[in-house]
Amino acid sequence: MPNTFELIQAYTVGSGGQSSIDFNTIPSTYTDLCFKISVRITRSGYVGDILNISFNGASTSESSRRIEGAGSGSATSASNALLLAYQGSTTDATASTFGNGELYIPNYAGSTNKSASNDGVSENNGTTAYAGLTANLWSSTAAINQVTFTPDGGSNFVQYSTIYCYGVKNA
Amino acid sequence: MESKMPNPTRVEINCTTGEVLEIELTDAEVAELTYQAELAAERKAEADAKAEADAQAKAALLERLGITADEAKLLLA
Repeated sequence: MPNTFELIQAYTVGSGGQSSIDFNTIPSTYTDLCFKISVRITRSGYVGDILNISFNGASTSESSRRIEGAGSGSATSASNALLLAYQGSTTDATASTFGNGELYIPNYAGSTNKSASNDGVSENNGTTAYAGLTANLWSSTAAINQVTFTPDGGSNFVQYSTIYCYGVKNA
Repeated sequence: MESKMPNPTRVEINCTTGEVLEIELTDAEVAELTYQAELAAERKAEADAKAEADAQAKAALLERLGITADEAKLLLA
């Protein structure tokens, strides 16, 4: 089991916001990749939202399954292309709160199909906040050297959103 | 003459060199983002309308049956 975390790159969004955050030229020298994510996005109408992700800029051979809950009622599930569930608090969530979560990509540089798991919560000091789990599959044998995060619905990341990229391997 | 507002940007982080590039979106990319936002708003409006219609249908059915929502839950448990 990989047991060391090494920060590869950290990024904090500046005052103008960003429409997407792309980590590229990722070294293949680790066993796994782990992204720690804390973001807020400009979309309105929800208190939490999903992020779309892509590996190596691809948009095909992608699938995911997610389960989500909102603090009341029954949990729901859905399937999509690659995504992260409820990573982003939106403009309808309490001011200055950020959605948080993690994306873990085991064996990202290997020659088998790539899986990636995600947990995420939207932060909101109100009656509704979301939590979600996602299992992603990219059916490609290519090593992952690029991971791109894009808010859903044409929105942007706001200032102080952060994404840290860690390499994980045995000591 | 008015100058054009700059377009939003995206960022590329080179994990080998540490170089961070902020790239202004092209007009076509901005148009695509705007289209996606409109599409998302339409989907949200449709989902809200369906949820409202479902809630009204449920309330009407309960009234016709003469039972409360809690009593309906008991029946289905």
